[in-house]
Amino acid sequence: MRTLRTVTAALLAAGGLLATAGPALADDPPPASGSATPSPGSDPDSPPAPTEAGTSFRTATLVAAGQRATADGSTGDYLYWAVPLDQGQNATVRAKVKLPETARHGAATWQLDVYDGLRRRQSCRYGMQARKVAADAGSVELSCTLRTVRSWAEPWANDPLPGRYYLRLTATDLSPQDLGQPVHAEVEAAVSDAGGGHAVDGALAAPLVPGAVPADAADDDSSPSATASASPGPQAAAGEPDGGWSSGRWSDRWIWTAAGGVLAALGGIAGYRLTQGRGRPSRVPPGA
Amino acid sequence: MIIRKRLAAGVCGLLATLAVGLLPTPAAAGEPDTKPAPKVELVLDVSGSMRARDLDGQSRMAAAKTAFNEVLDAVPGEVQLGIRTLGANYPGQDRKVGCKDTKLLYPVGPLDRTEAKTAVATLTSTGWTPIGPSLLAAADDLKGGEATRRIVLITDGEDTCQPLDPCEVARDIAAKGIHLTVDTLGLLPDDKTRKQLSCIAEATGGTYTSVQHTGQLRDRVHQLVDRAADPVVTPVATQGAQECSTAPELKPGLYNDREKFAEHRWYRVGVRPGQELRASVSIGADRAVDNDYGVLLRAVSAHGREIVRGSEAGDGRTDAVSTGLRYPMPDADTPDGGGEPPAETVCLQVSNSFSAPASVKRDPGLPVELAIDLVDAPHDAADPASFGLGRGWWLLITLALAGLVGGLVWGWISRWRISVWRTN
Repeated sequence: MRTLRTVTAALLAAGGLLATAGPALADDPPPASGSATPSPGSDPDSPPAPTEAGTSFRTATLVAAGQRATADGSTGDYLYWAVPLDQGQNATVRAKVKLPETARHGAATWQLDVYDGLRRRQSCRYGMQARKVAADAGSVELSCTLRTVRSWAEPWANDPLPGRYYLRLTATDLSPQDLGQPVHAEVEAAVSDAGGGHAVDGALAAPLVPGAVPADAADDDSSPSATASASPGPQAAAGEPDGGWSSGRWSDRWIWTAAGGVLAALGGIAGYRLTQGRGRPSRVPPGA
Repeated sequence: MIIRKRLAAGVCGLLATLAVGLLPTPAAAGEPDTKPAPKVELVLDVSGSMRARDLDGQSRMAAAKTAFNEVLDAVPGEVQLGIRTLGANYPGQDRKVGCKDTKLLYPVGPLDRTEAKTAVATLTSTGWTPIGPSLLAAADDLKGGEATRRIVLITDGEDTCQPLDPCEVARDIAAKGIHLTVDTLGLLPDDKTRKQLSCIAEATGGTYTSVQHTGQLRDRVHQLVDRAADPVVTPVATQGAQECSTAPELKPGLYNDREKFAEHRWYRVGVRPGQELRASVSIGADRAVDNDYGVLLRAVSAHGREIVRGSEAGDGRTDAVSTGLRYPMPDADTPDGGGEPPAETVCLQVSNSFSAPASVKRDPGLPVELAIDLVDAPHDAADPASFGLGRGWWLLITLALAGLVGGLVWGWISRWRISVWRTN
């Protein structure tokens, strides 16, 4: 009877452990969970979506992920926005351009380019990044799905890393007579969580945000170099993802590994229990 | 300005700039004295052709006046605005006199709306279209201070004062490194005007708009003036060398330079062990260039070994082509006797493979913007997986089976031990 009790107790304890891990496990495939896709656009407390675009990397307008930014410009303008993307995120950038209503002279090619915080061009996994539009088309839609943002990559790799991503929208090929016509552009970066399957070890000390000098480095006497020109732009604080940059230490691999440990313990107990049979045979006298 | 005074007063320059740099976000609005005021000059063509009544039934001049009035009402407080006219005074036929006809209608400075509006109301369309000389004069009006500068040029015709090409004038102004942008608006432009105005805009990193309606004129000028008020980091001028040993030493920050076609330039950055160098470069295409182009940024050690490179190539119409690199320097042991380990010099080579038709002027070179950051080096990965942790059903099944086998073995051993103990 005693062994039975200990085994039951052990099973209960293990079950309790598993139960605590349970809800976390249930969360485990999170790509569509609400918290993973910040949608500040719908949140009344969040700042309003920008209605202007920058004209260069330096003047790019900051847009939060999920926000729909709009801008009025002229055909031929180079419109820049910047979106903060954090590790473990899959981002799809969509742009829509309302083309001028006046008669145009020829077809044009519109293109949406994505650059990372180091101004390196980022490839799209899929999505029409450039589209040729006929002279009578009313609008054009472009999209680009980036690779999953990793928390660490080798310096020789071009992998997407946490930081600011620049979007550049422009007409790369058009009839010169069509320059300067009014257009209306909308861009939006939809973000979803890629899950722990893409988690890698290592982390950057600071996200790839231009002019970002971590606080401790700024205090450090050895970097007097944080001059006015290098100081973070006034919008720097706004250019963070919802809830700030993640440390890169959390992934659902912790849950899977812990759950594996619990299962192993249970398996161990079960195996041990199998070898013990059904307790002491009844015909053996208690004193033997 | 104020910063200058502080410097003159003997406040440590570094501390002052640091303080400015670390000021919180709304500095531009709340504390206008901490930032140099952005300057904008509206340059309006008042030549004879502005009399044409073809802009929504109004004369072009009237449309421009209406637009100016509305824009003047909405100029952001911190912007210093000036107005210059071209072709306002000389109605005659003498080209030489007509081509000098540009006048500062309202000087660049804090805006008095009533005064500015009165000045605008007096304008009547009169003379020639000396765009080139007006741009030079406007750049002169805007000089002084470290703020961003913007010229908004509104005209309905091309420059009538050749051989001074306004497009080259604009490029020369931009090459002075005074952060000056020229945005151009053409009122119902013909092909030649469009070509000239878009060339001026391209040469200075500005925008070109073809205005067909009065509302469009007002909205665009308003937008451009607002854009001038946006706070922006201004780059510091530097000049790269032909080889690393003589290259300028750069601190973290934003720099600009000029680089000719198929030229390369060197810069140096000191990186201490445990720091990561981040460098980005953009080379602007500020003139007609051939269709295919590229840029290469290399980090090379002082001994000439290439550490890492970033490169980019492209084709088609573009404003700039850019690339970047990062180089985390591994941690080193502290040298004997303590102290910081010395910084290692990393040479940065910026080269471009732009080319242009023979008719295109080569001088000044293409604008280069170089951003340098130094941050702490990253934590390197010990294992490709996150912290070496596992994930997935195969992991769970393997662990569970291992646990089961372990339990079985343990159980059998203990059973065997009990039976051995019993037999003894």
